[in-house]
Formats: sequence, C-alpha cells, structure tokens
Amino acid sequence: MFYREAGDFKVSYVDDSQTFPIKFDRYRYYVVLAVAFGIIPFIINDYWANALLLPFLIYAIAAIGLNILVGYCGQVSLGTGGFMAVGAYACYKLMTAFPDVSMFIHVILAGGITAIVGVLFGLPSLRIKGFYLAVATLAAQFFLVWLFNRVPWFYNYSASGQINAPERDVFGIIITGPNAPAWATYVFCLIFLTLCAVVARNLTRGTTGRTWMAIRDMDIAAEIIGVNPLKAKLTAFAVSSFFVGISGALFFAVYLGAVEVGEVFGIQKSFLVLFMIIIGGLGSIFGSFAGAAFLVLLPVVLKVVGADWMGWPTDIVAHLQLVIVGALIILFLILEPHGLAQLWRVAKEKLRLWPFPH
Amino acid sequence: MPEQLVFGMEVILNGLMAGVLYALVALGFVLIYKASGIFNYAQGVMALFAAMTLVGIMNGQVPFSHLINAIFGTHIHYFGWNVPALFAILLTMAVMVLLAWAVQRFVMRHLVGQEPIILFMATIGLAYFLEGVADLMWGSEIKTLDVGLPQGINLWIDESTFNIFGYGFFIDNLDIVATVIAALLVAALVAFSQYTKQGRAMRAVADDHQAALSVGISLNFIWIMVWSVAGFVALVAGIMWGTKSGVQFSLSLIALKALPVLMLGGFTSIPGAIVGGLIIGVGEKLFEFTLGPALGGATENWFAYVLALIFLVFRPQGLFGEKIIERV
Repeated sequence: MFYREAGDFKVSYVDDSQTFPIKFDRYRYYVVLAVAFGIIPFIINDYWANALLLPFLIYAIAAIGLNILVGYCGQVSLGTGGFMAVGAYACYKLMTAFPDVSMFIHVILAGGITAIVGVLFGLPSLRIKGFYLAVATLAAQFFLVWLFNRVPWFYNYSASGQINAPERDVFGIIITGPNAPAWATYVFCLIFLTLCAVVARNLTRGTTGRTWMAIRDMDIAAEIIGVNPLKAKLTAFAVSSFFVGISGALFFAVYLGAVEVGEVFGIQKSFLVLFMIIIGGLGSIFGSFAGAAFLVLLPVVLKVVGADWMGWPTDIVAHLQLVIVGALIILFLILEPHGLAQLWRVAKEKLRLWPFPH
Repeated sequence: MPEQLVFGMEVILNGLMAGVLYALVALGFVLIYKASGIFNYAQGVMALFAAMTLVGIMNGQVPFSHLINAIFGTHIHYFGWNVPALFAILLTMAVMVLLAWAVQRFVMRHLVGQEPIILFMATIGLAYFLEGVADLMWGSEIKTLDVGLPQGINLWIDESTFNIFGYGFFIDNLDIVATVIAALLVAALVAFSQYTKQGRAMRAVADDHQAALSVGISLNFIWIMVWSVAGFVALVAGIMWGTKSGVQFSLSLIALKALPVLMLGGFTSIPGAIVGGLIIGVGEKLFEFTLGPALGGATENWFAYVLALIFLVFRPQGLFGEKIIERV
C-alpha cells in the first residue's frame, strides 16, 4: 500500500543511488532523526539519559564498529573492550593535556589513535584466520587492559589508578563531569552516533564495503579477482577501531565520568558488544542499533520486573539475566542466524506486498 | 650454584605444573574440536559448573534453593546430609552426561551444517547460560572444594633439593597429583580412541562425517559421547582448579587461558595440547620471574596470548596442527 517503489520515479543518478530508495523508508528516517534531535532533548531527564539513552547511543557506535569488522569483513574480534579502553585513555590524556580544545576534536582524535592501535593488532589477520584470529585479538584485550593498569603515565599518576573526566565543554555547554546537563550529553552522543551511522552505511554500500564483503565470503577467491587483502583487512580494522575508540571515549568521558579499566573495559565488554551484533544481525547497520537497544533494555526490564515488581534479590535477577541472555543467543543462532535485522527485512518484504500478498 | 639459577629452576618446575593444569582444560577443547569441528568456548564454564555441582552435592545443598526461596518465600537451603566424595563425583558425572545430552538435543542438533563461527558463538551463549544456571542452582559465593586430595608443600622434594642445592624447592603436593592424573587421563584417552569401538567411531566421525554416517555410525550418539567425555575432562579440571583456588567465577576464565595453549599446540592434536600447556606454563612463569618486576608485574595476564600471537604469525597451524590447505 504505502511501502513500495511503485510511483517513486527516479530522474537522476543521485536519486537512483540514494541510501533509502523507498519513500516510506526515507520519511521514516527523517522522522526518527527529527524525534531524536528535536523532541527527546526537551523531555529527557537524568534517569532516562543514564539508564537507557546514553548507553544505547554509545553501545550502538561500538556495535556498528564491530559489525564492520565481524559482519562485513568476517574478521572475528574479541578485543573490543581493549580498543574501547584505548579510546577512553586517549581521550583522557588529550582532555587533560589540552583543556581548551573542544571535546569534539578530542573524541575524534581518540578514535584516530584507536584506529592506529587497531591496525597494529590487525596485522596478524593477514596470516591467521577464523578462530586463531579471534584468540589472537584476545592478546589485544588482555595486553591493553594490563598496560593501562600498570603504566602510571596513562592515568596521570593518580593514586587510585582510576581516570576521572574533568569538566569540559563544547561551545560553552558543559559536556563532561557531574554538572553536565542530561540533554547536552545526549545530544553530544547522538551527533556522533548519527555521523558514524551515516559514514558506516555509505562505506559499506561503496567499493570499500564490497571488498570487505568479498574478503568475508571467501578470501582466496577475492584475492584472485583482484581484491587486495592487506588493504581490505587493515581498512576494516582501522574503521572498526575508529568507531570503537569513539564509543570508548564517550563511554568514559560522557557516560561514566570515572573508569577503572579492568572493570569497565574487561573481556565481558567485548562479549557484550559481540552479542549485540549477533542478536541484532551480522552485516547490518540497522542490526547494530537493534542489538544495542535490545541488550541495553533487557537488564533494565529484568531489573524492573524481577527486583521491583516481584521483589526478588538482585543477585538472582543478575543470574537470571545471564541465563536469559545465553538462551537468547542460542535461540537466535538456531532460529534466525541473521538476527533482528532479518526479522525487519522479512517484515519489509511482507509490507511491500501488503495488503494483496498474491 | 648461583642463587638465581636455583630460583629459576624452581620457577620452571612450578611452570610445568601450572602448564599441566592448562593442558587439562585444553584437552577438553581438543576432544570436541576433533570430533565435531566445534570450538567449545563453554569448556571453562563446564569445569566451573562441574566443580560447583560437585560441591553442592557433597554438602547436600538444595538445587535452585535461592530461586525457590525467593518465589515461594520458604527458607530451605540444605537437605542435611553429606555425600562422600567418590559417590558425589559419580553423581556429578551423571549430571555432566545429562548436560551433554541436553546440549546435543537442544542446541547442536539444530545447528548442524552451520558455519564454524556460528557454532563458536553458540557455545559462547551456552557458556553464559551455564554460568547463570550454575549460579542459580548453587549460589555464586566462593566455595571450598575438598575431595581428599593432598595439599601443601611436598616435604620430600623440599628436603632432597635442600640437600643438593642448599635451597628447598616449594612444590605443591596438589600439583604433583594433578600431573599424575593428567598423565593418566591422556593415556586413558589415547587408549580409548585407539583401541575401543566407540573410540574408533569417534575418530571416523572426526575424519569425515558423511563417510562415518554411511558405514552406520550414529552421529548423535558419538556427539553425546564426545560432549560427555569433554564433561568428564571438565570435571577433572574443575576438581583440580577448585581444590587449588576455590570454586568461583574466575574458574571459567581458565578457558581463556587454554586458548593460547591450543593455538600453540594446534587445535587437533592431543599431544599438542600437552606440549602447548607446558610451554605456556613455563614461559609465563619464567617471563614474570625475569622481566615481570621491570614491567610492573602481573604479566601472566597477557603473556600467553602475545606469545601465541607471535608464534602464529610464523606457524599459523600451531606446532602439531594439521597443515592448512586452502582451496577455492
């Protein structure tokens, strides 16, 4: 009825190659942006920002980053936590070294530094594949966390070994520190998420993304038809680490404010982000959003239902959460290996034929 | 003899002992990988689960008591009996077989023919699930496990080395027991896979699923058996590690420690798992002993991974792994 290509005539090449070729999709995209930028900042409060929206936005960036590496390029990485830590510590060092520079620049530079580190740890991917690579990225995870724990220069010789985000602003609006208003932190993260999503979407549609997918589907065949595996794999590592680094910087500076590296950026974080993209859908930008939303919402819902309504002790709720997450992962892999994104695709296919499916 | 050298020797000996324990966990991985091509990330959690079940049965805990109490408002915790260790181990083994059946029936059967990486992720999900179930069943507090294995410093070694070097080596009795048990376990596994009917069937499945099917081997049965054997290995590893450092969540992290062992030894080789374990055990202890103080300590956290990473760049299939042949 309303969801179809019919009648939406493209009269230029630019029109023809746009991101959302279907009118409904396009309007939906604008409406989502308008709500996210124009309405939510005015009704947001601290609880909503800290419990749901900020983690969702930040994890979504990390999930997009990891999805580029795992979903599009097929290089499984278990080092996400470590790379997020690089972003966080790079941001911290930049914030304390250059207090007058805008936070935007710090976060982007933190992403850039993480990209360099990511490429370094991505080098072995040229020799090793599959599981071996997954385990090799664990080296990044453990080594980086150890490094930030043990070398005092990274945490500016503070007595506790923690890093604390000092108060910084963008155009006079405080973004970090305890006095930052909820709407400002929200909009700040949202801008980054929007930029990242647009960049990722367009990268994966173009030449770069296609070489990644060629490597993912069969690397030797890709090599034979002229894809340069060195370039493809390393760009995937670089772009992915760039996003993950941005999310790490935001996670530390805007969301938490104080970080103890082993606790916040441990191996659990790597798995959490990996689960997001499995549940959301490997090789899909929308899937990264869906997975992040799902795994951010799940603990909150469980806590509200289990601890607040049923009055169960919090440790039982935490254990139940493990069981449910584990079962969901298995269930998704069995029923729908392509994740929530596939459900969405199927729904769209149905919509296209609705209301006359034959 | 210079003092540093003697210390170094002690460190190497202790490293060998630690390596045996790593190898024990790595063995479980190799078994499942060889037979079904599944990289079972949940092996470490299986060890944790086995150890917790063993403690729970021995102390006569009521399973899921916390959950039951929370739902029904009751206050039950213990049956009020203690089960002797040997019997409890048998019961735990039965639980592990049941688990093997459940994993095969409800998870792996539905994933036959999927890509290896999907199977790997499924076992990560399984690891989370099992960890949650173990915590719900038996509570998440740290427990002590004592099945009557000897513990503490071995006085005989202490004395005899003191007589030779003028310095007594500290070797834990438990480590020696672990070494012996690991050796027995490997011997038993090799004998099992070489000389019994089921063992041969298992190797046939590992070689070629379809050919094995066509000569009448039941894949279902073999896979349940392999997961049970892996459960048994997990139980042994769980008992060793649990006795050594208490039954707690960190036990499941030894699975991560076993990964570099596997990478060194190759995923498909039982001797490789042993040799890899020993190399990692000795390597990380020696590294910590020589360079650890200069680097700020706790290098054990990452040394194994970095070693494996560097090693893989030169030999991607590991020490004993099958040569990787790639075709399009």
